[in-house]
Amino acid sequence: MSKEKITLCEDLADIMPPEYHELVATATYGKEDRGWKDIGNSKELIEQHSLCAGCPESIAFRYILASLPNPEDTVFVGSTGCTSLVFPHVAVQNIHSLFGNQNAIASGLKRTLKCRFPDVEKDVVVLAGDGATVDIGLDMTMQSWFRQEKFTTICFDNELYANTGGQESGLMQKGFVAKMAPAGKTFDKVRLPEIAREAGCHYVALLTVSKPNRVERAIRNAVYIARELGPTYVQLYTPCILEIGKQSMEGLDEMKDAESIGGRFVMKEYMTDEAKKMIEDREAEEKAKRKAAKGKKPVSA
Amino acid sequence: MSQYQVKPGPEAFLPPSAASMGIVLPDPGECHIEGRIAPEEEGYEYAARKLLGAKVPTLFPGPLVLWKWNEKAAKKAAAIRALSEAIPARLIPMADYRPKYPKIDPEAEINPNHPNLTIWHNKIDVCIFIGVHCHQANLALKIIRGGTDCFTMAMCAQAGHEDACLSFRDIGVESIMKLMDAVNKLKKEGVKSQAVPFKQISMNRKGRVD
Ligand SMILES: Cc1ncc(C[n+]2csc(CCOP(=O)(O)OP(=O)(O)O)c2C)c(N)n1
Ligand code: SF4
Repeated sequence: MSKEKITLCEDLADIMPPEYHELVATATYGKEDRGWKDIGNSKELIEQHSLCAGCPESIAFRYILASLPNPEDTVFVGSTGCTSLVFPHVAVQNIHSLFGNQNAIASGLKRTLKCRFPDVEKDVVVLAGDGATVDIGLDMTMQSWFRQEKFTTICFDNELYANTGGQESGLMQKGFVAKMAPAGKTFDKVRLPEIAREAGCHYVALLTVSKPNRVERAIRNAVYIARELGPTYVQLYTPCILEIGKQSMEGLDEMKDAESIGGRFVMKEYMTDEAKKMIEDREAEEKAKRKAAKGKKPVSA
Repeated sequence: MSQYQVKPGPEAFLPPSAASMGIVLPDPGECHIEGRIAPEEEGYEYAARKLLGAKVPTLFPGPLVLWKWNEKAAKKAAAIRALSEAIPARLIPMADYRPKYPKIDPEAEINPNHPNLTIWHNKIDVCIFIGVHCHQANLALKIIRGGTDCFTMAMCAQAGHEDACLSFRDIGVESIMKLMDAVNKLKKEGVKSQAVPFKQISMNRKGRVD
């Protein structure tokens, strides 16, 4: 990891607007212990977004971007939907794929990057809505898991097709009536986390984005495990406040309610034994590093 | 059918893509001038004349030359700076491709999604795109031709752009130097820059530096 990758050409640096100088000077690129706590202190990899004010997807974006262990060498693969409106604002490489094709594109991309940069760890992260992940792209999603492709799939579960006005999706709960699904859903929410587990994912997490530390842990686990072992899946409940009739400030409460005991989105995490061991080893290593660094600190007078 | 010419606009809200009007890309060693294929050398002289004859000649460097991806990018940046001083021309960066409307400062930046704002605001009559990824350059060139009367040029490191009024291809540091040589040669022959006096905008983390 190196900050060199984001320096400006000296001869043209002075024509660049302040935000780019700031990106080079204070962004968390190259910082190994970057995380959600940098939000508000460092230049963030996303600042503006084009989603509805207060949309939980925007909160998710912020936490995910702050949590990526290796943003310089990460490529996002997006798909059409509300999420795709945000990608042009993100200071991480990204590719937009045809709706539903995201996991197929990511498979090819990950393999190509491995051949092209055999000595560099390149992380590929798919980020798509539930329509793209669970309905139209389900074939691509699952095939990539069966094939044990080494990348992370993140699904923004807002329980419908938000970007096109509110059609029924596989992740919608039974009985829900949306603006463009007036008859109400007649079957249960697809249990994709369980399907992911059965399909070969080494790490699966289901959570809301109300707690940044949880999101950070899930994203880091997913990325690290995908690098070493195989596919990982994170499903984030990011309710579409527009569709459920909430105000801008109410998205957070909705998520908190949903994750409280008995709620529909109480955090669930699964990992294979191999993955568990890997994460434990990594955490022990990080702890030892922190301890050593603390020991080295000069004692102030 | 008469040959379509890629002239400055304003052509229409949605101008046809030049390719659909029969304009083809130049082969290596060539350029196109308003759609006519010509030797690259002719293009340098033509471009130099356009730049010197303009009131607000402007270079739009893109991410490929603004960020130090490698030493080659840094060399291109140095050559662009030298070219801007030789003409003299404004330097307005296309730092990234985010749709920054309405927050964009059109005096200091250009954006491919609404490049016309920068052209209108600064009354730019001749410009060069350089170091802009092809698909974003295509988008911007078409919008400019649609809504402004700016003469656009593309110094493209790939195969060139039909939608520019003048396009080079396969450019590198030497090509930028060749264009600068052409500018200096014309100046020596007595051609004077018609640029209105201006001060290059300079910025740091805090904002504009005077
Ligand atoms: C191949 C294709 N089919 C359909 C569409 C239309 N389309 C655009 S966004 C969208 C819904 C996206 O829903 P989801 O993936 O749940 O994301 P959200 O907008 O809810 O975040 C659809 C169907 C498209 N763009 N491309
Ligand atoms: S429509 Fe819904 S999911 Fe899309 S940006 Fe607005 S609140 Fe968010």
